[in-house]
Amino acid sequence: MMQVMEGSHAVALAVKASRPNVVAAYPITPQTHIVEDISQLIADGELDAEYVKVESEHSAMSVCVGASATGARTYTATTSQGLALMHEVLFNAAGMRLPIVMTVANRALSAPLNIWNDQQDSISERDSGWIQLYVEDNTEASDMTVQAYRIAEDNGIKVPMMICMDGYTLTHTYEPVELLDQELVDDFLPRYEPVDFLTVYDPKSFGMFADPNYYTEFRYNNQKALENAKTVISDVSKAFGETFGRDYGGLIEEYRCDDAELIIMALGSVVGTVKDTIDDLRDEGIKAGVIKVRTLRPFPSEELRKALEGTQSVGIIDKNVSLGFDGALFSEVKACLYNNKSMPNVYGFIAGLGGRDIPKRAVKKMVETIGSGKPSFKSEFVDLRTEILEEV
Amino acid sequence: MATIVKKSELPQVELFTSGHKACAGCGAALAVRTVLRATGATTIVVSSTGCMEVVSSQYPESAWKVPWIHSLFENAAAVAAGVATALKALGRPDEGKVVVIAGDGGTVDIGMQAISGMLERGEDVCYICYDNEAYMNTGNQRSGSTPLDAFTTTSPSGRKSFGNDRPKKNMPAIAAAHDIPYVATMSIGYPQDVMKKVQRGVTVDGPAYLQIHAPCNVGWGFDSAKTVEVAKLAVETGLWVMYEIEDGEIKNVLKVPKRKPVDEYLVLQKRFAHLFKMPGGEEQIKLIQSYADRNAARYGIELSREKRDLEL
Repeated sequence: MMQVMEGSHAVALAVKASRPNVVAAYPITPQTHIVEDISQLIADGELDAEYVKVESEHSAMSVCVGASATGARTYTATTSQGLALMHEVLFNAAGMRLPIVMTVANRALSAPLNIWNDQQDSISERDSGWIQLYVEDNTEASDMTVQAYRIAEDNGIKVPMMICMDGYTLTHTYEPVELLDQELVDDFLPRYEPVDFLTVYDPKSFGMFADPNYYTEFRYNNQKALENAKTVISDVSKAFGETFGRDYGGLIEEYRCDDAELIIMALGSVVGTVKDTIDDLRDEGIKAGVIKVRTLRPFPSEELRKALEGTQSVGIIDKNVSLGFDGALFSEVKACLYNNKSMPNVYGFIAGLGGRDIPKRAVKKMVETIGSGKPSFKSEFVDLRTEILEEV
Repeated sequence: MATIVKKSELPQVELFTSGHKACAGCGAALAVRTVLRATGATTIVVSSTGCMEVVSSQYPESAWKVPWIHSLFENAAAVAAGVATALKALGRPDEGKVVVIAGDGGTVDIGMQAISGMLERGEDVCYICYDNEAYMNTGNQRSGSTPLDAFTTTSPSGRKSFGNDRPKKNMPAIAAAHDIPYVATMSIGYPQDVMKKVQRGVTVDGPAYLQIHAPCNVGWGFDSAKTVEVAKLAVETGLWVMYEIEDGEIKNVLKVPKRKPVDEYLVLQKRFAHLFKMPGGEEQIKLIQSYADRNAARYGIELSREKRDLEL
């Protein structure tokens, strides 16, 4: 059944359907509606969970660490500065192999202060050991919340997972959302049964320190878990599709790519705009396609090499910039193509920073740049207001 | 008065096992061992990064015979809140009270915010700070709990310095300001008192904050055989006061019938050695004595004249 609702509300309902035991969160724009809605669901007795109203995001993630290690299914949500404040706890949660699930309502990082959407916040945490998945619309945000628990809690994985949804563009937008039936979710996602957890009946030590004789092997296993996640993400999506009728595929989604000579690649909600633009271009006879990168971690290297075979040009949209270098997706895609037999020309576009819109016009301009056949080594800032550069 | 546990009542099980890597004469290790004797096996311990975490948990060996978790430096109170909340959410009330064991740096400095949040929310956590008065795990740097004039590597004495230029932060008072049910100060020199207070801390409904004075022979510079003696002298001089705070009221202050001058405590420790050599050092000792006198007056640690006459 479909219902028009706000993205944040859809996520809150998906969290409820996943039956977490402990939620710990701190309010921050534009994540706030999610945690407000969860609070209300608990207050109304619709969700039987403990909500810890922490004093910071650092503590939100720390409460999740303690609760998850004790065997609870846990949830939190944050964005931007809050995610940055969690930074060290993110690495800790991943290293301790705790299957925490978190929604990141993507937003720009300060300074200058900006509460609007880009993806600098989660991109900056891509080395933390979390699975990072970017969603295109609110149904996907909802569906992936339920799937995230099944992926993260898988015994071959046991790493935390963040679902990244564009702040405002998705969190505050009302659109039709496919509702999740509780009984079906219960079948799809059984109670969390941890193997190792804190209990007085079988005392174990968690979070020990490992000297140089052991540390590398812990990191290797962590890396292996992220690698394993590649198949599990696809398997879980398939199982979800069998139950709910919506299979998102694996780490990437290809749209009109079969005979495409030119492909635009992006993360998150902008993919919708790009798909519309590509439809227009197809009507004009341009052989263009879209690749939606769903998981930034694990990075879909094999999938991209395969998908880009025979493609002449690829344009990559980054709603982030690794200052002093390039857009993150641009550099990572180039890295995964290096040494490959077939290497398309790759163009990088930095766009949509701090909430600036990426209209179809801007995507068409990118396609024109790609058409020039002169790839640059560097990402190019799109829609730059050169006339105000002196003043800001 | 110090509360007394009969010898026959002492639990015999060691839950912090020998073989850990603490230095000989470590006051903090004595603190942990005594605390766990009091809690018994039905508890989950959360440690912050610090001496007791590092010496006890070098993979693949652990000194903890109770379930134990270490996450980071400043978040032990929040992790403990997570553990306690999970026990509640999962319906496991039989697994006892969650106990934090954290050093003074992790408590009075970097962990303050998480502690304040945990106490204010009324989490069912017993937070125990072992106070060795500096960042000992990193080699004796000044913390907010370092006393006046103590030499540390970041508050060294020198031609223009008497050492640490501020007195200790009064963390028990800050904890008590959260209107929590139980606050207590303890010393490793008084193990039976420690056990009684920890037992109170883990049975009280809601948060408890306990701070145990735990001399560090390496950082403070005294013979490893004198840890307990130094701990007792801190109390006997009035520089460390032992009391409980219940419902906002200070009670059961340990009386010190014949308070000793602070020199007797200071002279044993290399961290104060400069005060006995430097010009102006004498004045500083007088200042430290005035802190002890102020403690005596504030907490009423001396017996009244009538009572003393009666006891004599």
